[in-house]
Amino acid sequence: MALDSRVPKGPIKDKWTDYKNHIDLVNPANKRHIDVIVVGTGLAGGSAAATLAELGYNVKAFAYQDSPRRAHSIAAQGGINAAKNYQGDGDSTYRLFYDTVKGGDYRSREANVYRLAEVSANIIDQCVAQGVPFARDYGGLLDNRSFGGVLVSRTFYAKGQTGQQLLLGAYSAMNRQIARGKIEMFNRHEMLDVVVVDGKARGIIARNLVTGEIERHSAHAVVVGSGGYGNVYFLSTNAMGSNATAAWKIHKKGAYFANPCYTQIHPTCIPRSGDYQSKLTLMSESLRNDGRIWVPKNMEDVLAIREGRKKPTDLSEDERDYYLERRYPAFGNLVPRDVASRAAKERCDAGYGVNATGEAVYLDFASAFERYGKEQAKIHNIENPSPAKIKELGQAIVEAKYGNLFQMYEKIIDQNPYETPMMIYPAVHYTMGGVWVDYNLMTTIPGCYCIGEANFSDHGANRLGASALMQGLADGYFVLPYTIGDYLSADIRTGKIPTDSKEFDDAEKEVTDRINFFMNNKGTKSVDYFHKKLGKVMWDKVGMSRNAQGLTEAMSEIKAIREEFWKDIYIPGTADEMNPELEKAGRVADFLELGELFAKDALMREESCGGHFREESAELDGPQKGEAKRNDEDFAFVAAWEYKGEPADAVLHKEELEFKDIELKQRSYK
Amino acid sequence: MNLTLKIWRQKDSKAKGQMVDYKVTEISEHMSFLEMMDVLNEQLVNSGEEPVAFDHDCREGICGMCSMYINGEAHGPDRGITTCQLHMRMFNDGDTITIEPFRAAAFPVIKDLVVDRMAFERIQQAGGYISVNTSGNTQDANNIPISKHAADEAMDAATCIGCGACVASCKNSSAMLFVGAKVSQYALLPQGQVEAADRVQNMVAQMDLEGFGNCTNTGACEVECPKGISLENIARMNREYLSATLKG
Repeated sequence: MALDSRVPKGPIKDKWTDYKNHIDLVNPANKRHIDVIVVGTGLAGGSAAATLAELGYNVKAFAYQDSPRRAHSIAAQGGINAAKNYQGDGDSTYRLFYDTVKGGDYRSREANVYRLAEVSANIIDQCVAQGVPFARDYGGLLDNRSFGGVLVSRTFYAKGQTGQQLLLGAYSAMNRQIARGKIEMFNRHEMLDVVVVDGKARGIIARNLVTGEIERHSAHAVVVGSGGYGNVYFLSTNAMGSNATAAWKIHKKGAYFANPCYTQIHPTCIPRSGDYQSKLTLMSESLRNDGRIWVPKNMEDVLAIREGRKKPTDLSEDERDYYLERRYPAFGNLVPRDVASRAAKERCDAGYGVNATGEAVYLDFASAFERYGKEQAKIHNIENPSPAKIKELGQAIVEAKYGNLFQMYEKIIDQNPYETPMMIYPAVHYTMGGVWVDYNLMTTIPGCYCIGEANFSDHGANRLGASALMQGLADGYFVLPYTIGDYLSADIRTGKIPTDSKEFDDAEKEVTDRINFFMNNKGTKSVDYFHKKLGKVMWDKVGMSRNAQGLTEAMSEIKAIREEFWKDIYIPGTADEMNPELEKAGRVADFLELGELFAKDALMREESCGGHFREESAELDGPQKGEAKRNDEDFAFVAAWEYKGEPADAVLHKEELEFKDIELKQRSYK
Repeated sequence: MNLTLKIWRQKDSKAKGQMVDYKVTEISEHMSFLEMMDVLNEQLVNSGEEPVAFDHDCREGICGMCSMYINGEAHGPDRGITTCQLHMRMFNDGDTITIEPFRAAAFPVIKDLVVDRMAFERIQQAGGYISVNTSGNTQDANNIPISKHAADEAMDAATCIGCGACVASCKNSSAMLFVGAKVSQYALLPQGQVEAADRVQNMVAQMDLEGFGNCTNTGACEVECPKGISLENIARMNREYLSATLKG
């Protein structure tokens, strides 16, 4: 199948408006005869479900948690971007569009990103109307702050809990529709397959996670908004239950999977401390505004610190290597996420990591305490303040800005970050790859849509801070509700989709066969055993820096783990009850396929791009020596993979990316 | 460290439950409480037994899933945290730790430590929202200024994670801190005013219908709340309720 992105013709600034003016609409009286299934109820799925119900469609929404309010969108801290230009600092739709395309290292689709920037302002209005308590200034107007990679203040925030508040906004809109009976909510349900009838998505097979019952649900269209697949690494900042199953199942039924190797590695996370660890905790990127990142210059000091003979505060300024400031004098500690992550790994790989596992660098606020402290002493007319007084005054300022993060760090690490530098290390965060969708957000299966982090289109090879929430809500509130109507307008005479067809029988049989296999397999190993093994291969060979040899090895190693999994997996309990091990088994089985495709995609992409450093593709000389080298000549395309059984046999389709409104340029932060 | 765990095991909502003793060894003080539970479960799976079912997800203190009653306290010892933020350094080698599900008539046990908190959902569906279309045709967000103080207070109330620790800690199993937080968020904002009277009456009626008890100002909910939601929210809800009732 040739990939048709269905991007409307015409100037970029008019595309979305023209498109909306010319699509087919569904008469309000007909909408109540049309059913839509929404899988996943985070920012994307939740806002989509609420809006589709508002429009009059019958919505069935599915979530694996006990409530949509638990979706992992809730954990986003920093904020949401919108080109409101309230600050009058020169922001505009074009600037937000430009920053997003550049930040994504020129691997996103221009038309989608422009539309995202265009609707961003409406998102804020919508959320405020719903009662989202965004931060306000003393005049009662909305407050903004700035994030990495941009030169304006366009980030709206609700303390350090913006994701929580936006999700609760979408959730309250859902509740309103649940109360009216327009959304039927299926909590503690997991989608285990999509049902395709006459080439169109017409329903799903779901498992009730409390009773184990397998259910058939039909609809005229299926929307998947199930989030990212970062848990393929086992350790990530994702929630424990975050999984790729819904996205992977539609892939196996015909939806192409795009750019699987694009995963964001976030530079400021709390490091791993042992093999038992279950997840990694992210500390907001905003800390880099005031913290300086360093490791010791000399190996003796590294060893002394690891063995507890020295403390980081014992090292003088000239015994420290502020490697970001050294390598990137123009941007220093504020280089984008991909650059900061790679640089930390480079120092740790060279042996300079400062904790027991050798995987940590320092994030030090001492100079911020001093800088703010001196400023405060001046403001308060304190003459000749003692160093202790300066530190005290400075700490108060830092506490006001980042107090909750400092407290969170102390709870986890049991060290006071006001007294000793924090330890941080990069961790897997957000996946930019995902199910391929056209401009309508429809996958290559007609009637099957994919929104939010689960699709691929808007972030390219790297996601800027505060843009994930923006995309989730843009897709759900403002894009999908239009585009899906265009498709559904052909379905007004179809009537209810029956669930007793052969297609439903077959899909259900596939699902029950797999569950029966798990329950009857007389293996010896737990699901986590395999998941951790997969995660190690992914991190070591398909992580931040990659080479052809490692990737080839990873593909065969993952295949071997998969084979072992299907031989030796053991699931206790039964299938007709709440069984968390059985749930995990299905998800890990899918990760074991996705992981191999991920490695295959990375192997094919012989360029360094975004957070993905291909060791063979680095600048060899000049001022950029050693930095990532993108290759627009050969790789300015979306890699969309078609399922053909074994992941190794997947077939590559290319969507060539066009940059008509933005000039392709190498990024430099020197 | 080595620990003895006394855990409530219950096959499903209908079965009779009981406390069962387990031993775990080599627990590191750096582990979170849930990671210690992972270690136990791995041990149980490897010996062919059923692992202990418990709710958990984000493991960074914000999703509100990890409901557990540990040594007689919701989310265990330590203040202002959820179970995933509780670390084993709070315990000593040789300790016996009692782990139970949240207990309240309105939160029936589903399995082991997993309870059904759908009552909270139904309370929110009864009116925990602002009736605005999700159409994007709303007015500009800065057209209605909100004082910083009101916005901050609304945010403090909105911080509730719906975990149910307030109910579990209350001797009456009252949900008033949870409902009070939600009512307060909207009561403090201009957008929520039009339907404020209906909202508070409907939410309170649903709360009673679900079988939650009344507030007797003991304050245990505030002490155990992982997000520090204050009792002021209950007072505000009572004021809102009273004025709604007087208006008829």
